[in-house]
Amino acid sequence: MHNKAPRFYIARRGDILWYKAWGIRAIAIALALLLCGFITMAATGLDPIKVYVTMLDGNFGTSRRFWMLLQNMAILLCVSLALAPAFRMHFWNLGGDGQSLMGALGAAACMICIGDRIPNVLLIIIMIAVSISCGIIWAVIPAYFKARFGTNETLFTLMMNYVATQLVAFFVIIWEVPKGSGKIGIINQSTQAGWFPQIGTNKYLLNIIIVLFITVFIFIYMRYSKHGYELAVVGESEATARYAGIKINRVIIRTMALSGAICGITGLLLVGGTDHTLTTTIVAGRGFTGVMVAWLAKFNPFVMIATTFLLVFLERGSAEITTIFGLNQSFGDIITGIILFFILSSDFFLNYKITKTKTQKEAA
Amino acid sequence: MLDFLIRFIPRAVGQGIPLMYGSVGETITEKSGNLNLGTAGIMYVGGICGVIGAFLYETGNKTLNPFLGIFIPLGCCIAGSLAMGLLYCFLTVSLRANQNVCGLAMTTFGVGFGNFFGGSLIKLSGADVPSIALSKTSGLFSQKLPIADQAGWFGKIFLSYSFLAYAAVAIALIASYIIHNTRTGLSLRAVGESPATADAAGIDVIKYKYVATCIGAMISGLGGLYYVFDYASGVWSNDAFGDRGWLAIALVIFTIWQPVHSIWASIAFGGLYILHMFIPAGTNLAIKELYQMAPFLATIIMLIITSIRNRRENQPPASLGLSYFNME
Repeated sequence: MHNKAPRFYIARRGDILWYKAWGIRAIAIALALLLCGFITMAATGLDPIKVYVTMLDGNFGTSRRFWMLLQNMAILLCVSLALAPAFRMHFWNLGGDGQSLMGALGAAACMICIGDRIPNVLLIIIMIAVSISCGIIWAVIPAYFKARFGTNETLFTLMMNYVATQLVAFFVIIWEVPKGSGKIGIINQSTQAGWFPQIGTNKYLLNIIIVLFITVFIFIYMRYSKHGYELAVVGESEATARYAGIKINRVIIRTMALSGAICGITGLLLVGGTDHTLTTTIVAGRGFTGVMVAWLAKFNPFVMIATTFLLVFLERGSAEITTIFGLNQSFGDIITGIILFFILSSDFFLNYKITKTKTQKEAA
Repeated sequence: MLDFLIRFIPRAVGQGIPLMYGSVGETITEKSGNLNLGTAGIMYVGGICGVIGAFLYETGNKTLNPFLGIFIPLGCCIAGSLAMGLLYCFLTVSLRANQNVCGLAMTTFGVGFGNFFGGSLIKLSGADVPSIALSKTSGLFSQKLPIADQAGWFGKIFLSYSFLAYAAVAIALIASYIIHNTRTGLSLRAVGESPATADAAGIDVIKYKYVATCIGAMISGLGGLYYVFDYASGVWSNDAFGDRGWLAIALVIFTIWQPVHSIWASIAFGGLYILHMFIPAGTNLAIKELYQMAPFLATIIMLIITSIRNRRENQPPASLGLSYFNME
């Protein structure tokens, strides 16, 4: 047995005041940036302040960069929004990548196969329907097995990503232009069939507006709808949910269908809205980054805008450092990783409080 | 047929050994209830730390002392992986952060770490190609058994591997023995199944989680080392390691959390991974992409079958992915 009583003991906190919570997070981020500054200096001999200024410039320097920042935020936010309801239900959907990729595949398939034969409006409507369905199918397969047999969803959705990647690789070769290049290139370059209309001269504005709508929708869905309440109950305790007469299987499949649908939209926005092409890396790991975005924001869609900003800012900013200072591109991943570690650690201080144990003298 | 096997099996084994290290390490980790999705990152860190050690030693010395030439990269690799394991434990066990999110953050960090230092070394070495070749150290690591060449087909299929390959098999067997046949293994499984019960029985849950995860991380890291110095002949190029970390995690499921099965299953996965190169598909390259789905589909099918059959000994550790807090 322990002879020595521990000097501290840890207890779960009740609700923490919001400004304290954000204060703790801000301290964590500040400490992380400080540490990253030191590491940058040690690794490269550069002035860390200069590095951070360059990062700011990379994101806000020109109006084009600023719009790129918003566009990247919109896409990442879209995936994260898709994942949030599933996570709230304690369903670890790590398949955001695969589901978005399937959405992208669906959209590209429509553009390539029926692009020139039907009017553009009809084509876009079909694209929307097909990509959403593709996303839903990819999400509902693991959800069905989870609901029916309790199959581990974390691992199942993870594997589905790679199946989707290979499926896309297969179609990329089938549709490659020119033959043997291994690339599809820009789809319907001349006719622009299936390309989303631009608002004014801005290529990205439509995507951003769509994602903002989805943000509001998810907020209302999770906070005020019956569905949102049910999925939260299932997440907290399946026993309670069953006792309250909630059909758990139905909630799981329904929530994952929603998750898959929004992932499908992400793919659609990438293919129809901006990239107009299909590659295996078009989603660029956002399904995984989205997990962190949603988790750090505690699944609140509006806070997710802030966490998305943080991650996209770091990524874009470090790409800028890379080009300006001739550093290796992966430097950004290291910095992102360190900042995530700090924020994750700060969660501890939000959920628990450490109290100094009274010594025996004091107790007596 | 024999010809085909002689060509195919050694390559499948070469692909399989990193997966074997990764999956055995991850199995030990998961037995303690920690789902470490950072394995992909840890394998990168293990690989690059070995490369850094070898690079410093090779550039500092004209002739390599065989003992140091092996020991330095090996030590660096283990130290780097251990650091990653400790980081994961500190975040998830001590600070009780979410395991999935920590694992993904570690993968981001680890892959970035590997590519950053890999890229920096490539720059330092002033090579024309975007890779760094440490052929002398690789020569030490990939030394085959001396009798391999005289033993004909048997030698080519069973004896033509380096010591790290046989070490992987040995580690898998030892891990299996410890988990299933010793008191330590029993306690470890208890921690993974129900930490509260284990705690009540006087098992130090925190210690078990830390030790199991760190040992698991070190074993996984060796997979990265084997990949660089044996399979890739000492050539590090960024992102070359690819998805193998995730494949290793898939293997843990496929082997239903039993390291001994990992021995044949990793080689089978290695075979599936390279099967597309041996399929006579002619000019139809698209089909080859579909073949590459095979390991992932096999994992999914295995996952579904084990959950449908619902046999208790085939299930994941019950507390997998959950943090433990003993004052609730």
